[in-house]
Amino acid sequence: MDFPLFHLDWLNNRLLIAMIAIIHVFINHGLAVGFMPYITWLEQKGVKMSAPDQITDPVWDDLIYRKMTVAFIITTTIGAMTGVGIWFSAALISPASIGSLIRVFYFAWFAEWTVFVTEVVLILIYFLTWKSANRTLRSKLRHIRFGWFLSLFSWITMAIIVSILGFMMDPGNWKTHHSLLNGFTNPIYLPQLFFRTPAAMVTGGIFGMLLTTIFTRRGMPAREVALRSAAKWILYWAPVCLLAACIYYKAMPEAMRENMSTAVGTMEFAQYYDLLRYIIGGALSMLVLISAWAWWKPRSVRFAFVLVPCIAAFGFLGIFERVREFIRKPYVIGGYMYSNLLREEDYPLYKQDGILKHATYTSISEVTADNKLEAGRNVFLLSCSRCHTTNGVNSIVEVFERMYGKDKPLDEASMTGYIPNMHMGRTYMPPFPGNRKELEALAAYIRHLQVSRQPLEGAQTEGIIVNKLNNVQAVENMILEEEKQQTK
Amino acid sequence: MMKILLQAGVPVPKDIPLPLPLPEWVLVVLLIVSFLMHLVFVNLMLGGSVLTLWAQLKGRKEKEYDVLAHEIAKTITVNKSLAVVLGVAPLLSINALYTIYFYSANALTGMMWIAIIPLVTFAFLLTYLHKFMWEKLEHNKALHISILALAVATFLFIPLIFLTNINLMLFPEKWGTIRGFMSALTLPNVFPRYLHFLCASMAVTGLFLFWYFGRRKYPFEERFSRLTRYDVRKSVYTLTLGASVFQFMIGPLVLITLPSKGIGWNLLIMILAGAAIALPAMYRIWKAITGPPEEMDRHFGKVVLAMTLTVLFMGSGRQVYRANALGPHQKLVAVKTAAFEKLSVAARNNLASEEEPPAADSSQGPYTKGARIFQTNCSTCHKPNEKLVGPPVTEMASIYRGQAPGLKSWIKAPGKKREGYPQMPGFPQLTDDQLNELAAYILSIK
Repeated sequence: MDFPLFHLDWLNNRLLIAMIAIIHVFINHGLAVGFMPYITWLEQKGVKMSAPDQITDPVWDDLIYRKMTVAFIITTTIGAMTGVGIWFSAALISPASIGSLIRVFYFAWFAEWTVFVTEVVLILIYFLTWKSANRTLRSKLRHIRFGWFLSLFSWITMAIIVSILGFMMDPGNWKTHHSLLNGFTNPIYLPQLFFRTPAAMVTGGIFGMLLTTIFTRRGMPAREVALRSAAKWILYWAPVCLLAACIYYKAMPEAMRENMSTAVGTMEFAQYYDLLRYIIGGALSMLVLISAWAWWKPRSVRFAFVLVPCIAAFGFLGIFERVREFIRKPYVIGGYMYSNLLREEDYPLYKQDGILKHATYTSISEVTADNKLEAGRNVFLLSCSRCHTTNGVNSIVEVFERMYGKDKPLDEASMTGYIPNMHMGRTYMPPFPGNRKELEALAAYIRHLQVSRQPLEGAQTEGIIVNKLNNVQAVENMILEEEKQQTK
Repeated sequence: MMKILLQAGVPVPKDIPLPLPLPEWVLVVLLIVSFLMHLVFVNLMLGGSVLTLWAQLKGRKEKEYDVLAHEIAKTITVNKSLAVVLGVAPLLSINALYTIYFYSANALTGMMWIAIIPLVTFAFLLTYLHKFMWEKLEHNKALHISILALAVATFLFIPLIFLTNINLMLFPEKWGTIRGFMSALTLPNVFPRYLHFLCASMAVTGLFLFWYFGRRKYPFEERFSRLTRYDVRKSVYTLTLGASVFQFMIGPLVLITLPSKGIGWNLLIMILAGAAIALPAMYRIWKAITGPPEEMDRHFGKVVLAMTLTVLFMGSGRQVYRANALGPHQKLVAVKTAAFEKLSVAARNNLASEEEPPAADSSQGPYTKGARIFQTNCSTCHKPNEKLVGPPVTEMASIYRGQAPGLKSWIKAPGKKREGYPQMPGFPQLTDDQLNELAAYILSIK
């Protein structure tokens, strides 16, 4: 409404955020939260395994250092930048919601930031002083302590952000208490954190095992010990992960029935939810299987065998995030703002006046017979484009064709009948915000899209047209009008 | 007339209708301080990589410069990590303070704005590649230097995207004319500010390296045989001086190209004070590089202090201009936001008073309630006699005749989808009473 709308008409806007966010989760969980303690544990093992006259086993230490190098390079480049990328993409695609969240969560994010700075400083110290710390046993032990600090801070960063995510998903508390405490008291906060921790650990472990197969030659003694260590690590965390998954799986619907938005209970959600069970089960059994094998016959383990369970582990982190994200719908901020970035409490006004009148950027402020298609295009951009494209991913035409039949012309009357009530059946959809004329214009535009397949460009290429009802002139007139009223 | 036409294109959006998380001045202080911290490390990252490239090119003839390049390169990867992480706090603060201005500029230059993420990632990966491949590419210097050159080019480009955004956000009157990044880039003032920033990067990097190579713990003599600690330090100190002198030429250019709407005495005082404080520092540097070697370090603390103050004044001047430039528009935005809130409340109250139950339509007899529930929940997909999205109502009635409970449980949680029909969503939100009414109505249709 109040921001120029960036729009990706093929990729889909939400997919851009999702891609960046999921890469970030992969790296955060698999290469930081779950990987740093794994590396520190192995580094410690090297000191314990070394001969009495050595500080650490040099071959072993070098292997662990090389694994850490991979994590260091990836976390401080792709990991750090996708973290910033979540902000950037959210600001582009969902400015009203991220702007609102920052007003409320400034402190939480600021606190998160200080922890994050500490984490970066620790990872720089831990990685860059690795070799020079090998000179004396004392400095080696201090180095290992830095590793444990780093592991702790990686975990705290995750613990805080999970709370913010929890708050965003819980609609009830947004209006009543504007505090972060609700994030921590959210009923799925602890189960979620409890689940994410071992999930990160097993992912870190399998990634470490994969790196071992890359960095060592078969038959090297260090390779066998390293493979068995990774196996031990995974076998230790896998049962915790399974238990936590069960708790989380049980806690989620219960907590959601009271707290979460209406999407719960829809068939889409049920499908994802079912899928989650299979994927967690499948990925975990693969991890246990490869670990048992590596424990039993480390000599025969090869890169390709580890790659499959490794991909499965990351895949299951991905689907987990997808399920979590789905719960929020139809809201972007539970109970306050719909995923089309319109506040629930403004709906009566939009219904009464239409959305075009109150939009800052639109070429049409009132629908007439002449401007119907152009008006429909603006209505689509304002109320649908955050999640739908014209002909790309989650295309509006395809959605309706799936309902009414693929090769049939879309019937405007049917769509006009369906759209105002769609949120009753499709509870993940926000209600249509506009008035009757805008609804008809939108239906006409969708039909036009089906025929013309014309793409819709966003503000980043087309620029903007300022609504004449919401420019400086209009506000000036409003102020002058009010002054006149007062002098009378 | 011209002016009125121009005003027709100036948007007045509504602000986020939530209070700021902290008093405005606290946020402003946090923004300035955290931004300058971020900027110093960006300066070091950029200046460091430019100097590394220069030293490595020179190192093709004089071997020791290649070693110098390697030494400077080691600082880049640390400084770049700190630059990124320190960027989060100012980003957060500017988002809170200037929500509509910053996000609007982001959206208008959207593709290039989001390209920052892959570009920075790419440049970072290149700097690692360059650093960790030093020995491996010992005999392929052309390739090794090209990797760095590509990273430097990327590093040089990225600040332009940020500057374009931070500049565009100040001018809502231009937003309507912008078509993507390139048109925003060519607004006046972007390039002068960019030059100003490049010079600052070199000055700050010179100061940093002067300290870095001067540390007692730094084993300079172990690593270099021909280059002396004094020579290298003198060169980087000279760089700081030269860049600072150059700033005195670019500074006025930046000021002249600034659109007049944000200029005021408060801005001039800030900037002139900052420039005045830099002068004695520059004099001290001049004395240090022309004086005896053992006295080079004598006033370093004072130089750093004065330069820090200059940077603080310049950073504050930047904020003063922003506040001056946006102040009047922010007032209009506040008026607009308040007026909209009033309208929204009125519409809400209006709705509440209107929401009396509509006069019962008795044409449906005992099924009136059920018919209304059907109308809002089912009629978009089901027609009485023909297939729409789902099967016709008459078909349901014939299947469930005499089995209202079965029909109710289907509506609540429908079974598997049928061939040729999309899957029906469930209606768990309907109460048992509503389901009874609805089922009775459906089964009444023949």
